[in-house]
Amino acid sequence: MWLTRPLRERSTQVFLGILFAALAVVTLLHVTMPEDSAFYVSSFTVTLMGKYLCYALLAVAVDLVWGYLGILSLGHGAFFALGGYAMGMYLMRQIGDRGTYGDPILPDFMVFLNWQELPWFWHGFDMAWFAFLMVMLAPGILALVFGFLAFRSRVTGVYLSIITQALTFALMLAFFRNEMGFGGNNGLTDFRDILGFNLRTDATRLGLFIASGIALAIGYLVCRGIVTSKLGRVSVACRDAEARARFLGYRVDRVQLFVFVVSAMIAGVAGALYVPQVGIINPSEFSPIFSIEIVVWVALGGRATLYGAVIGAILVNYAKTVFTGVMPDAWLFLLGGLFVLVTVFLPKGIAGLLASRRKKKEEPDSDGPDANPSSNSDTGKEATA
Amino acid sequence: MSIIRSLTLLLFAIITISPAAAQDQDTDPGRALLTNLAQAPDSKVEEAINAIVSSGDERARGWIEAYGRNRLSRIKDTGQVVLVLNNRGRDWEIADPLTGENMGEMSRRELDRVAINNRIRGQLDGILAMLDLNAADPDVREASAREMMGKVDATLVEPLEARLELEESATVRERIRAALAIYRVGEGDLEAIEELSGSLHPRARAALSEAVRGDNPALATKAKQALATIEQKLKLNNAAETLYFGLSMGSVLVLAAIGLAITFGVMGVINMAHGELIMLGAYTTWGVQQLLPGQPGLALMLSIPAGFMVAAFAGILIERGVIQFLKGRPLETLLATFGISLILQQLVRTVISPQNRTVVTPEWMSGSLVINDALSLTLNRMYVLAFALIVFASLMLIMRKTRLGLEVRAVTQNRNMARSMGIRATRVDIMTFALGSGVAGLAGVALSQLTNVGPNLGQNYIIDSFMVVVFGGVGNLWGTLIAGLSLGTINQLLEPWAGAVLAKIIVLVFIILFIQKRPKGLFPQKGRAAEG
Repeated sequence: MWLTRPLRERSTQVFLGILFAALAVVTLLHVTMPEDSAFYVSSFTVTLMGKYLCYALLAVAVDLVWGYLGILSLGHGAFFALGGYAMGMYLMRQIGDRGTYGDPILPDFMVFLNWQELPWFWHGFDMAWFAFLMVMLAPGILALVFGFLAFRSRVTGVYLSIITQALTFALMLAFFRNEMGFGGNNGLTDFRDILGFNLRTDATRLGLFIASGIALAIGYLVCRGIVTSKLGRVSVACRDAEARARFLGYRVDRVQLFVFVVSAMIAGVAGALYVPQVGIINPSEFSPIFSIEIVVWVALGGRATLYGAVIGAILVNYAKTVFTGVMPDAWLFLLGGLFVLVTVFLPKGIAGLLASRRKKKEEPDSDGPDANPSSNSDTGKEATA
Repeated sequence: MSIIRSLTLLLFAIITISPAAAQDQDTDPGRALLTNLAQAPDSKVEEAINAIVSSGDERARGWIEAYGRNRLSRIKDTGQVVLVLNNRGRDWEIADPLTGENMGEMSRRELDRVAINNRIRGQLDGILAMLDLNAADPDVREASAREMMGKVDATLVEPLEARLELEESATVRERIRAALAIYRVGEGDLEAIEELSGSLHPRARAALSEAVRGDNPALATKAKQALATIEQKLKLNNAAETLYFGLSMGSVLVLAAIGLAITFGVMGVINMAHGELIMLGAYTTWGVQQLLPGQPGLALMLSIPAGFMVAAFAGILIERGVIQFLKGRPLETLLATFGISLILQQLVRTVISPQNRTVVTPEWMSGSLVINDALSLTLNRMYVLAFALIVFASLMLIMRKTRLGLEVRAVTQNRNMARSMGIRATRVDIMTFALGSGVAGLAGVALSQLTNVGPNLGQNYIIDSFMVVVFGGVGNLWGTLIAGLSLGTINQLLEPWAGAVLAKIIVLVFIILFIQKRPKGLFPQKGRAAEG
């Protein structure tokens, strides 16, 4: 089966092995160690690592479209945020009458805005199954509509990047409006419990951390399954020579659409797991800079490797946590410098560095990022001219 | 009624008496007039004021104004009347009302305020306005006549009519007539409505609405008709205003995007740091103004070349430092330049300040051009509009008529062929990028006159700029111009009923959908260049 095939690969085994080992170690240290021990992992750290795992899953989603499909999406933050909002809406409904205003149905911000009844799109979010479905469906449908229009008219490359950025920017402006019914500026927050478990207890936090780890494992497997399948081969073909693939009879737009939608859904799941751990979702997740930051995680880790995206996401976010705490002014310099250095000096990212260091033979070049993607457009030109 | 007489007298006085030359302190009749006012008992105040007004003294306006604002005081010891410049605190700053000479500070205990009663105060506005109506400057006369609209009462009719006879300026005459007509409509005069039907002034409209609600049916019907005509005119004026704001917003978009049209459209380089180059231009304006305090006009003029040079130089650094290594990898260029934009933003925050800086608008750029009572166009926006068009025209000239433009076009169309014809492609790259960046700097200079100058200035424009370039068709300067102006106008048209944010969202969604329909923009390039 396509989903289990990657399990036979060495890289997947190593990746999953490390991931589960890390999960187990953190859990053990958190549960068994006394609080004053040097090895104790506080629940703050557990949540922080859970957050990194969500970012890693998001990075895997971006790597799927950028690394294997050649589509640089500058709007994946939008899918992440949509998943987050779907989860946030569920969590808001779970508050029930424990809010400041004590309204059993309406969330606090609606009472505050003097709304009389729940907007239609808030219905159903009191049921977990519906909300979790929407976590995947909301970003999926947006990606489907957007991708259908874009890929059908063969909008690719830089154009696509720019309009995905415009998309997330437009959504950010929209979600900032109070009239949208998503809490406006403040977003959704003040969550109490999820599936009946109190969000503020250590056990729930640990559970969310483990859930994030498992989601990352599944997301990784799904992506790996796709890229090693025949579909994955076609999508790499679309990345390297779109026109040629089209002339060979492949429906390039359908391949792009499928992979794009899957990636958006994975991003949505990442957002949904992220929200209960940080305790808030607001429109700033839609900001273009966040979306573009995701891309640099992937670039640093190494495109078209999937595990590289995970490494990149965790490294950059760890650095962000450290630097914004120690010297906040330096962080943007560092991030900006990272963008420049990685693209100029490290086009294959850390994963590429590791691979060349070990001179591994089993990973043939076809899977790695194209050293000179300009050949795409050249061959395309050649073919269409 | 004595005030009316004095005002009428005044009209003739102004004409017959030449302005009093600098007189000797002691013989100055002003001293006597003021002392008279200060000492007058309640019943004689009116007389004293009349004396001042009809004296024809050109300082009378200042005195009466000060009197109305309780700023006229008498020194208890000497009986001299003084102007109080500042009445805060214990010691008041005073000045001689005759010469304007500052007399330093004096304890408020030693001063005695020249009292005013409410009846007089109510008439002072009219008196002041009448005094202004006699001013030599027609602009002052016009402003004062406009001020009088809706404030005319029975006492002022006679002097105003007299003034009307004498007035030479047509606009002032019209104002006075409108002011009188508003009063007469209030009195039920049917003829006066005719006079008002062309006026766009809100007070004229208010007077007519009042007449419509009134109990005189003949007057009401006529006023209704007049109001309808006015409404029609207002609509037209509002449309003109929206168009102006739209074009103005469009010109800003064009300025911000036109540099991008060169680097992105012509060179194919995605420069996400373009917004920060705009920011650099704006900060250059601020910097030049800091170097030349008190001369904002000169500073702004110097900022135009300075902003261009600073941004162009930064552009060259970016091109040489980063972009040249990423040739043919547009997506990587996008990421690297985005990193540069982050660095530049943070650099400004660290070196200058995270707070916004204010750039002074020179006097000749502030204010507005008044077309009529309902329509006035702000001057700074008009200058920016003109500036945008000039920049656009110069760029067109450079691209079409100069050697550089020829080489740029050649390199764009076929790099290898151009090189084999002896064009140094690398040099062309640098020059083009410098040109595009420099234009971004110019945009920054212009924007500094319209918005706050802060580290986020560029960020706000980068997405819009890309939208404009893509919408207009990449590599087409005309397309950028038309796309910018039309997007600005569409945005302004949507704003009244959708609100600013929603209008922006609608425009963004519109462009996203438009790109799907026509991926190459409004004006796609034809021929081989289009197949990229």
